[in-house]
Amino acid sequence: MSDQIFQTRLENGLQVLLKEIHTAPIISHWVWYRVGSRYEIPGKTGISHWVEHMQFKGTPKFPAGILDRAISRDGGMWNAFTHLDWTTFFETMPADKIDLALDLEADRMINSVYDAEEVNSERTVVISEREGSENDPLFRLDEAVQSTAFTNHPYRNEVIGSISDLHSIQRNDLYQHYQRYYNPANAVIAVAGDFDTGGMLKKIERSYGCIHGQALPGLSNEREPSPENERRVNVTGPGETTYLQIAYRAPAAANHDFFPFSILDSLITGPTSLNMFGGGGISNKTSRLYRRLVEKEFAININGSLQATCDPFLYNIVITVHPKHNAEEVLQQVDEEIDNLFQSPVTQAEIDRAAKQARALFAYGSENITNQAFWLGYSEMFDQYSWFLNYVKELERVTASDLLRIAREYLQPGYRVVGIYHPDGGMQ
Amino acid sequence: MKNTLLSPHSLPGPEDIHRKVLQNGITVLTRSNYSSASVVISGYVAAGSQLDPLDKLGLAFYTALGLMRGTKRADFQTIYDRLESAGASLGFGASVHNTSFGGRALAEDLPLLLSTLSDSLRYPTFPKPHMERLKAQLLTGLAIRAQDTGDMAALEFDRLLFPGHPYGRPEDGYVETISVIDRNDIVKFHDTYYSPTNMVIVVVGAVEAQQVFDLVESNLGDWQPHSTPPITELTVVQPPVETIRREVIIPGKSQSDIVLGTLGPKRGAPEYLAASLGNSILGQFGMMGRIGDSVREKAGLAYYASTSLNAWIENGSWEVSAGVNPENVEKAINLIKNELRRFTSEPVTMEELEDNQSNYIGRMPLSLESNNGVANSILNLERFSLGLDYLQRYPDMIRNITPQDILQAAQKYIDPDRLIIVSAGSNHSSTSST
Repeated sequence: MSDQIFQTRLENGLQVLLKEIHTAPIISHWVWYRVGSRYEIPGKTGISHWVEHMQFKGTPKFPAGILDRAISRDGGMWNAFTHLDWTTFFETMPADKIDLALDLEADRMINSVYDAEEVNSERTVVISEREGSENDPLFRLDEAVQSTAFTNHPYRNEVIGSISDLHSIQRNDLYQHYQRYYNPANAVIAVAGDFDTGGMLKKIERSYGCIHGQALPGLSNEREPSPENERRVNVTGPGETTYLQIAYRAPAAANHDFFPFSILDSLITGPTSLNMFGGGGISNKTSRLYRRLVEKEFAININGSLQATCDPFLYNIVITVHPKHNAEEVLQQVDEEIDNLFQSPVTQAEIDRAAKQARALFAYGSENITNQAFWLGYSEMFDQYSWFLNYVKELERVTASDLLRIAREYLQPGYRVVGIYHPDGGMQ
Repeated sequence: MKNTLLSPHSLPGPEDIHRKVLQNGITVLTRSNYSSASVVISGYVAAGSQLDPLDKLGLAFYTALGLMRGTKRADFQTIYDRLESAGASLGFGASVHNTSFGGRALAEDLPLLLSTLSDSLRYPTFPKPHMERLKAQLLTGLAIRAQDTGDMAALEFDRLLFPGHPYGRPEDGYVETISVIDRNDIVKFHDTYYSPTNMVIVVVGAVEAQQVFDLVESNLGDWQPHSTPPITELTVVQPPVETIRREVIIPGKSQSDIVLGTLGPKRGAPEYLAASLGNSILGQFGMMGRIGDSVREKAGLAYYASTSLNAWIENGSWEVSAGVNPENVEKAINLIKNELRRFTSEPVTMEELEDNQSNYIGRMPLSLESNNGVANSILNLERFSLGLDYLQRYPDMIRNITPQDILQAAQKYIDPDRLIIVSAGSNHSSTSST
């Protein structure tokens, strides 16, 4: 991807990142807010995600349904996502239609209605979304592991929230959350595509410049004590398949340890793609755990995931246990493989390979303008855009001794939660 | 309705899609795109699950997944070490008509991708330990499928809609059919049906057309065709004569999945595009069309409720899917049926038509911006004999559709009193009839 971008901050605190790409007559426009489950308090879990849903319910200027119609009619694509550290809304549109996206995002930054009837209708929609997730054993296991992995930090909660909170949250809770966090000083606008930077900046100033911004106090990153002992959690549910999830505390993305940790991820479970749109992934059949577990028939499948987050989150290894074995036997194999990392240095060839994999994943992601605009804003949520630009170079600089240090520091059993999903054989 | 951006010649067409048929029957299509340093391949050989013996359903799928487990030139770990070291990927799968493949790499690694494709298709050794391991993986996949309310509802829907037809059978088989497939079955299936005749490969990305033709020729040009047994003529499927309602009970599930619908047009049917545009109005446009508006936005019953039109070579299905709380299954079904009645009894409004026409035409640049999007579109042009200029003709074809065309297509296929209705989940319904 080209490195040329334009960055500025409007007087109201709104941060703006622009990247011209002239390969297709398309513009992708994103608004990022620094709010997600990281900002939630007990009793209000899931509120950020529900607010995101309510943002599609209309303003006096763009009543519900009008927004959908207006974007879709122009052949646009739009959606929103809520995650641990952020909530984001995007529109990818034919280039000559992008004014609509700016108008509506600026409008719903402050003018959403939060009609009480709509709140109640959406309550059942969000609960239905959660119930759909609960059907999946891996969601239930992940929820149990995540809540065990953190004592205080809101990362212990699933983004969608607990079912009891989804029943108790009221319209005013949602509206207050919206008013607090949806403001220019807490937002980033990221636009990529077929435009002229000067012209686009003027449009952004016209749409967003008059909205009052109020900076929010930063959150302390030290709310969560370091884990000291391995913790265990068991979940029982329908099915015939046993799953094992091992969650190690991972470094925050802005911590320099994140780069060597990415190499470790690539070695242990195969490279994680951080692209949200496009590109797909790379298979993991030569990763160390695949070879040890799947090739030796301890597991049916393995998967690892490392996320770029503000605070230390989790490196999750999820294993579908082979019917011939139990979870404890599989865990022992994992421990032996991790122990190898503590004992034997990783070769330069393996490091080079992980860096090439990252380069390939970025090339796949750059086919797509939506994904390029995504990176402009996403990287600002946990660090800066330079993090993204330097990512491959940082991986190339990693040394075997870095990896040894990182493995010994982060992959100790005391740093992890072990979760096991026990199937009840199809009955409950 | 106008679209200032969409000049026909900015869309892929005969000027920049290059097509060549090799002597052994392989059709190669390619389009260059230098906006990123990557390349994708996509294609198929004519060896789909319609060739599965009834007692060995899943054979084509199992064979496809076995292709990269080892070849005469490289073992499993070597194959994947080369691919993964390059950050490349390649995979196979099976549908009713074809065994398909897809892969991507940095452009510099296209030769690796094509040589791996060639070895896998032509020289697989299906090593016994690997095939046994794969069988255990497939069986676990089926155990997971049995717990998936969406998958199980769709499986039962297909079985009831396409009785005695390959479209009604799962490509990944059943536990009892996968269990009895042995390595000899797989070797025989491969030897009998894998042939360059009717193979199609599409390459899109940062590479010149001539280089693609040369690389495909050097890797696959000497693959000799052999005669394959004729494919048994498929039975003609009749639409349901009455509504059939089934519940698949899966204990312990928080949400039930509903799939309901009937037959739809095949891809080559003259009314296909009218049905497709109508389907968008019914359950896709904006927040899942009329059905999304009724079931999700107004009633708040579901996170998702939408429609799909699945058009294949011989036939198609027109389906509505929704995920709802078990207590709301019947309520959601009734809301959906109301929408189907309206859809089949009165023309869509001009406003709805124009919105959807505009959407279909306006979204083309977006759907064609990635190499993968272009490759899939080109593959469909070839698979369904649509012509290389199809994408350029498409905007006009969409503009010419009228509300009456949509109503006729809807009435031809959908009868709200003759539907297949399946729900899967915990048993909360009081109207179970199986």
